[in-house]
Amino acid sequence: MTKIGVLGLQGAVREHVRSIEENGAEAVVVKWPEQLDELDGLILPGGESTTMRRLIDRYSFMEPLRAFGESGRPMFGTCAGLILLAGEVVGYAEPHLGLMNIAVERNSFGRQKESFEADLMIKDVADDYNAVFIRAPHIVSAGEGTEVLAECDGRIVAARDRHYLGCSFHPELTDDHRITGYFIGMAEQAKASLANS
Amino acid sequence: MNTGTDRVKRGMAEMQKGGVIMDVVNAEQAKIAEEAGAVAVMALERVPSDIRAAGGVARMADPRIVEEVMNAVTIPVMAKARIGHIVEARVLEAMGVDYLDESEVLTPADEEYHLLKSDYTVPFVCGCRDIGEAARRIGEGASMLRTKGEPGTGNIVEAVRHMRKVNAQVRKLVHMSEDEVMTEARNHGAPFEVLMQIRKEGKLPVVNFAAGGIATPADAALMMELGADGVFVGSGIFKSDNPAKFARAIVEATTHYQDYKLIAELSKELGEPMKGLEISKIAPESRMQERGW
Repeated sequence: MTKIGVLGLQGAVREHVRSIEENGAEAVVVKWPEQLDELDGLILPGGESTTMRRLIDRYSFMEPLRAFGESGRPMFGTCAGLILLAGEVVGYAEPHLGLMNIAVERNSFGRQKESFEADLMIKDVADDYNAVFIRAPHIVSAGEGTEVLAECDGRIVAARDRHYLGCSFHPELTDDHRITGYFIGMAEQAKASLANS
Repeated sequence: MNTGTDRVKRGMAEMQKGGVIMDVVNAEQAKIAEEAGAVAVMALERVPSDIRAAGGVARMADPRIVEEVMNAVTIPVMAKARIGHIVEARVLEAMGVDYLDESEVLTPADEEYHLLKSDYTVPFVCGCRDIGEAARRIGEGASMLRTKGEPGTGNIVEAVRHMRKVNAQVRKLVHMSEDEVMTEARNHGAPFEVLMQIRKEGKLPVVNFAAGGIATPADAALMMELGADGVFVGSGIFKSDNPAKFARAIVEATTHYQDYKLIAELSKELGEPMKGLEISKIAPESRMQERGW
């Protein structure tokens, strides 16, 4: 069975676990770096990116997480997780993990009162996707080789770069598990091709 | 695009789960809290223990303080309005505060009516001591709950009581047969529809944090162990000898609440925690948890 981890330092961890299980895969809450070894894919959940970053540093997660991505195993960042994955964060000198070829801007839709729901078309995933944006970042630019999967109001809100998937909204807050299913598909493919190489 | 929906308001609280929300009274404290890994800060004029000591009427903070805190950090900023004070709540909402606490720490403006929180775009957190109070606040539109505890005491006993009570009552409700729910609603003074929803889902429809008396990393971990989704720490941090270290310790104890060796390490040499108050020494009329209904 495909095993998908959810980084469990802070945020909407339980909801991602539910979404993974709804798709028939096995979910693991990851609290320590050594748990990464057994996984086929990893979700970086929504939450507070500054808090997650502090805890990543505190528990020496940074290098193991980068190594995880560089091993070819898929990673999926939602909202705060997208910020962690991005190669560039507007206004900051250094990215966090810096794995995905995109630039993101934090809280780019405004404060909480500007948080919203909207219907999206997500390429290869859904034509009618109800997305929940909470103090959301957006993808300011997608680098070479990065495919834009969804836009909202002219801003990029979902993209894929190789085995990295990111979105600025929260799939874990709805009962629509299709984008998680898409990611699990990526993990299954990577697992098969890594086994053959 | 729809703003202010239940999903957006409740979802914001979901993103705070497993985290610590810290009371701060200025920009400098807010930065210390953010640096320590707080998921949000509560901007106040005085922390609860100082409110308790000062006496008199406690009101919404000076908007200048709230504004300074909002400018100082990128994490969400919460602020407190008095129970039933429509204008304080609207003012804080207009300022762009991310979450409002209709709080018993401040002197109530209305002893009969709480705010109709569903009317606002900004989400609200409210205190509760039992499932009736929890369901009433949800019925009014609260998007997040917290235990009332007894704020500003550094004594965890009331927060423990409230968390255990709500969770036990939820468990009881979940196992009830449907025809018993209306009587339960009457007994708790709770909206029937909210109880039916809790029964169906097997849990509260909103996040429930612990608040009111958390003074040590072990206290924070205890509340997580009892089923809290996260913790509010009020007076504990900035009344301690080394706030930055103390704040970090609370954050880590909340994340790894079942890692007792780690909590032992975190708890070493934190200095004197806040002194704390025995609840029985507080006159019933001075207990903040009795405010609101």
